[in-house]
Amino acid sequence: MNEHNVRNFNINFGPQHPAAHGVLRLVLELDGEIVERVDPHIGLLHRGTEKLIETKTYLQAVPYFDRLDYVAPMNQEHAFALAVEKLTGTEVPIRGQLIRVLYSEIGRILSHLLNVTTQAMDVGALTPPLWGFEEREKLMVFYERACGARMHSAYIRPGGVHQDLPHELVEDIGKWIDPFLKTVDDIDALLTGNRIFKQRNVDIGVVKLEDCWAWGFSGVMVRGSGAAWDLRRSQPYECYSDLDFDIPIGKNGDCYDRYVIRMIEMRESAKIMRQCVDRLLGDAKVGPVSSIDGKMVPPKRGQMKRSMEALIHHFKLYTEGYHVPAGEVYAAVEAPKGEFGVYLVADGTNKPYRCKIRAPGYAHLQAMDFICRGHQLADVSAILGSLDIVFGEVDR
Amino acid sequence: MSEALRELSSHIGEVAGGLVSSADIAYGELTLKTDGTRVIELLTFLRDDVQCGFVNLIDICGVDWPARAERFDIVYHLLSPRQNLRIRIKVATGEDVPVPSACSVYAGADWFEREAYDMYGILFTGHPDLRRILTDYGFEGHPLRKDFPTTGFVEVRYDDEVKRVVYEPVELKQEFRNFDFLSPWEGTDYVLPGDEKAKTN
Repeated sequence: MNEHNVRNFNINFGPQHPAAHGVLRLVLELDGEIVERVDPHIGLLHRGTEKLIETKTYLQAVPYFDRLDYVAPMNQEHAFALAVEKLTGTEVPIRGQLIRVLYSEIGRILSHLLNVTTQAMDVGALTPPLWGFEEREKLMVFYERACGARMHSAYIRPGGVHQDLPHELVEDIGKWIDPFLKTVDDIDALLTGNRIFKQRNVDIGVVKLEDCWAWGFSGVMVRGSGAAWDLRRSQPYECYSDLDFDIPIGKNGDCYDRYVIRMIEMRESAKIMRQCVDRLLGDAKVGPVSSIDGKMVPPKRGQMKRSMEALIHHFKLYTEGYHVPAGEVYAAVEAPKGEFGVYLVADGTNKPYRCKIRAPGYAHLQAMDFICRGHQLADVSAILGSLDIVFGEVDR
Repeated sequence: MSEALRELSSHIGEVAGGLVSSADIAYGELTLKTDGTRVIELLTFLRDDVQCGFVNLIDICGVDWPARAERFDIVYHLLSPRQNLRIRIKVATGEDVPVPSACSVYAGADWFEREAYDMYGILFTGHPDLRRILTDYGFEGHPLRKDFPTTGFVEVRYDDEVKRVVYEPVELKQEFRNFDFLSPWEGTDYVLPGDEKAKTN
């Protein structure tokens, strides 16, 4: 075969590929084993969430957020709740804030456990997912005990959280933290120094910080490239400014740094959870968990049976819902995958006029072409794993 | 926060006042309005100016206002990690009036503009690859426009006879119910069904 008969080779990676983390179709153009071009085709999981939210009341929109990043559901609800609260000027009582933070951190650990272990699986290790999923299962039981559902919780609602936590649950979460840190140490021992894992991740998918910003990256992706940027610290929401935790940052911006950051963040999240548990059993042991003015959060069923006013509020809030003053806000949280934002345009009625969901994975995935160019085919799955993509939020 | 935003707003007004039509601060957020001809210059200024430093593109999205002459708003959200501030830029445009693409300023604008095109049909000039992104291959229409029905126009199913997925017009067993919960006591500006004769004189 002479020189000009050699041509590039196109392959389809996915949509049914175990390393595609869901339904991603990557059209790869290869020159031998070197990737020349990546064209991600997304939208296979597009459900029209934003359109559906426009036809629902503000309360009915909450469950859609669970279905975005379905490995850390409550973090998404949190962003929506913050947006609505910003428009209505609602204050959340301290116990409600602590529960939100506690469950946001559980969500972060859920997401990082899944990501770190499946990233290891993408590069050939099988044990980490088995160890990590055991802990995830325990966390999902905590979700279930708080709201009745393992995943689609609809628990963090505008105005506060849906219902109070029993003290036994908070105690059990407290007891879970120390054994969990041992599991993290075990996974650490399996992976961090592992020769094969390092060979597959060190110096792969390097992104410079200025590229990170221009591509719209956030979260672990910018921290891996050396920016000390975390919304929980730089633009604090809820009671994060009172809590003590550190922000790990990387130096090299490669897949390995991002992995190490996620490992450290899990330990930091456990630290935050410990502080929340202590306060939920200490100074914030009793008290309301959601806004109590009755104009946003429906009264409990028990109250409804005794008070006429509660009955009226219950009926009105579950049929008509509350009206949100006209205006536009952008609220963002530091979700496990990066900055998850909600841009909400309200027109004064009981339904959002426009609700744009800004998913971190969307910005990260579009840089696949930029990051993968010139890498080997096998590195594509390692890079994809370290970007932490979940299709629920990318496709919406 | 809003003190810093006021300072930023007056700085932009002084240095690049010609690029901005209006600047308001509401809910602790700064919104600049501009138009399609000046938006790229404004974005470049905001990115490169030392006192702004909005290097991070957060989001680009469309908003549909069918009653307006220029029915779409394109909303850019930027973040300045150095100043720790956010900013929102709004550009109004019509259905067939293209807006210059921001891909030359922010590499990450690519997919956000593709999404705005897919969802609203907003056109961007100078975009490297303005294809649909989230909807199906061969999809017609722009689903987030207010005049696009929530149920859509076509549905898919697997046909056992032709052994492939087929597209068919949507068939609803029940009309799509869009409940109107606006309270008549608070004054609606339309006639409720059955109320036609209530105010004849």
